[in-house]
Amino acid sequence: MKELKDLNFPDDVKYTKDHEWAKKTGELVTIGINDYAQDQLGEIVFVELPEVGDIFSEGDEFGSVESVKAVSEIYIPISGEIVEINQGLEDAPELVNQSCYTDGWLVSIKPSNASEFESLMDKAAYLDMLKG
Amino acid sequence: MIQQPGTSGLIFNEPLLWEKSRKGRCAMSLPKQDVDRSVLDTDLTGDAPNLPELSELDVVRHYTRLSQWNFGVDSGMYPLGSCTMKYNPKTNEVQAARQGFASAHPLSGDEFSQGALKLMYNLEQHLAKITGFHAVTLQPAAGAHGEFCGMLMIHAYHAKNGRQRSKIIIPDTAHGTNPASASLCGYESVNIKSGPNGILEPETIAAIMDEDTAGIMITNPNTLGLFEANIKEIADIVHSKGGLVYGDGANMNAIMGIVKPGEIGIDVLHLNLHKTFSTPHGGGGPGSGPVAVGKTLEPFLPIPKVVKELDTYKFITNRPDTIGRIHTFYGHFGIMVRAYAYILSMGAKGLADASKLAVLNANYIKESLRGTLNLPYDKPCMHECVFNDQFQKEYHITTMDMAKRLLDYGFHPPTVYFPLVVEGAFMVEPTETESKEDIDQFIHAVKSIAQEAKDNPEQLKKAPRLTKVTRMDEVLAARKPCLRG
Repeated sequence: MKELKDLNFPDDVKYTKDHEWAKKTGELVTIGINDYAQDQLGEIVFVELPEVGDIFSEGDEFGSVESVKAVSEIYIPISGEIVEINQGLEDAPELVNQSCYTDGWLVSIKPSNASEFESLMDKAAYLDMLKG
Repeated sequence: MIQQPGTSGLIFNEPLLWEKSRKGRCAMSLPKQDVDRSVLDTDLTGDAPNLPELSELDVVRHYTRLSQWNFGVDSGMYPLGSCTMKYNPKTNEVQAARQGFASAHPLSGDEFSQGALKLMYNLEQHLAKITGFHAVTLQPAAGAHGEFCGMLMIHAYHAKNGRQRSKIIIPDTAHGTNPASASLCGYESVNIKSGPNGILEPETIAAIMDEDTAGIMITNPNTLGLFEANIKEIADIVHSKGGLVYGDGANMNAIMGIVKPGEIGIDVLHLNLHKTFSTPHGGGGPGSGPVAVGKTLEPFLPIPKVVKELDTYKFITNRPDTIGRIHTFYGHFGIMVRAYAYILSMGAKGLADASKLAVLNANYIKESLRGTLNLPYDKPCMHECVFNDQFQKEYHITTMDMAKRLLDYGFHPPTVYFPLVVEGAFMVEPTETESKEDIDQFIHAVKSIAQEAKDNPEQLKKAPRLTKVTRMDEVLAARKPCLRG
């Protein structure tokens, strides 16, 4: 596993306590797991995602990420409706390891409450949390 | 220089039986047919099954070679923490193979099965005495099935009281099957964390135990190999809100003959005969997971139940509050014979001594490897000790690398990455049957591997090298599983 300084945390996304990232594009928010999470999990072998149209409330479990080590549930950081899922992960779950902020995104959601996105952590706040 | 058990040697390849098959080859010669052939109507016959045709020697070599690829407790130390791969004394097999037991038929009826029924009855009595409970069922097929049976009884108890509950408390040091057993009964698991010293703190339970909570499932000793010292206080808290305490007795082999779970606030407990009572484990099973209960849950035990009337034994089914049958016939009878043989040959003192030696051996390993491997919870342990790979991080060597390398030294690896509360866990359970010489060899092997982690980390990354199959690509296997031969 990498040292914190070797991990990549872009400035243009928000972070959650469960080590996910969320990025706003127009009305929609894209969600994935961040570099710390993929590094901790190790080689990812399967990603289970919800279906388009599923509706979740903040904190709901919306899928799971399976690595050689363990299966980890993933929790939705903001409420809303799933509008798109990353179909590519079905055949290539390793995309989450290779490029977690781009090709390895998980779902795109239409938020039902705009304020939830704003209350997520920025990079500095997230790093403070990681360092404890 | 300690000579390690692992070495390289000639290993035989062995194809599938179908590849060895040759048409007409056979293991015996039948006498010449002296009656006319009577051909069956074609409607009654289909294609013949595709069975391989082999000589006796073909078959003997096939299975002998496969057995040589295997690693079992009969070939070497198998320190698989939490799984308790203790040695299975051969007398168990001798007793189970006696014709009266081996040929017993489950449909022969009580009258012709008195010996088998007496054994079941006596085994129940012994297990009740060992655990301090009132009654026992032998039906469950293994530990998790025992958990399910126990949780069904807790569910039935709350239903009988007129108000079902919705939740169950499960600590992070419980066995992973606990939440599954609770879910099957419709309970939602409420997970709680153990305290900083690896055991549960009563305040944690007091804070969440309420009258919608059916009870708690506690593994004691827990999966960190630590005794839950606050068990009585925790049980009082749960009982005061009308809940029940489920005891996961998978680790009973550490306290058998020393502590009676029925006397420290636990209401229902399962045992793993294939762990604590030395019956075969893993592929050699099947398992057996008897469940012991106090008076509160006794009416809910599965049927049929063995009872003794004067000097006669019989099954009864007329029990109105029973959860019903949970296994075909009466459970895994052949395994019960083995466990009974173990209990009788050990005796009360012998069982207590086995627990003491299991605990002593684990603590000896823990102290001997102090400084070699990190101890995340550094306190006296029970029958197993949990290390991790913290000291090896600077060389980029993981628990997995060290576990794989142990194979080259001739040891089965310990349990790795469990319990989940310890990152990179390396969990060793030597059991009571290993001699000091064998344990010293194991300690020496682990120390040598820790040295290799510093001097030659690349070698560890490639381990094992001496096994028939070397390092597997687990990632490829999981991503692109090949599900056909």
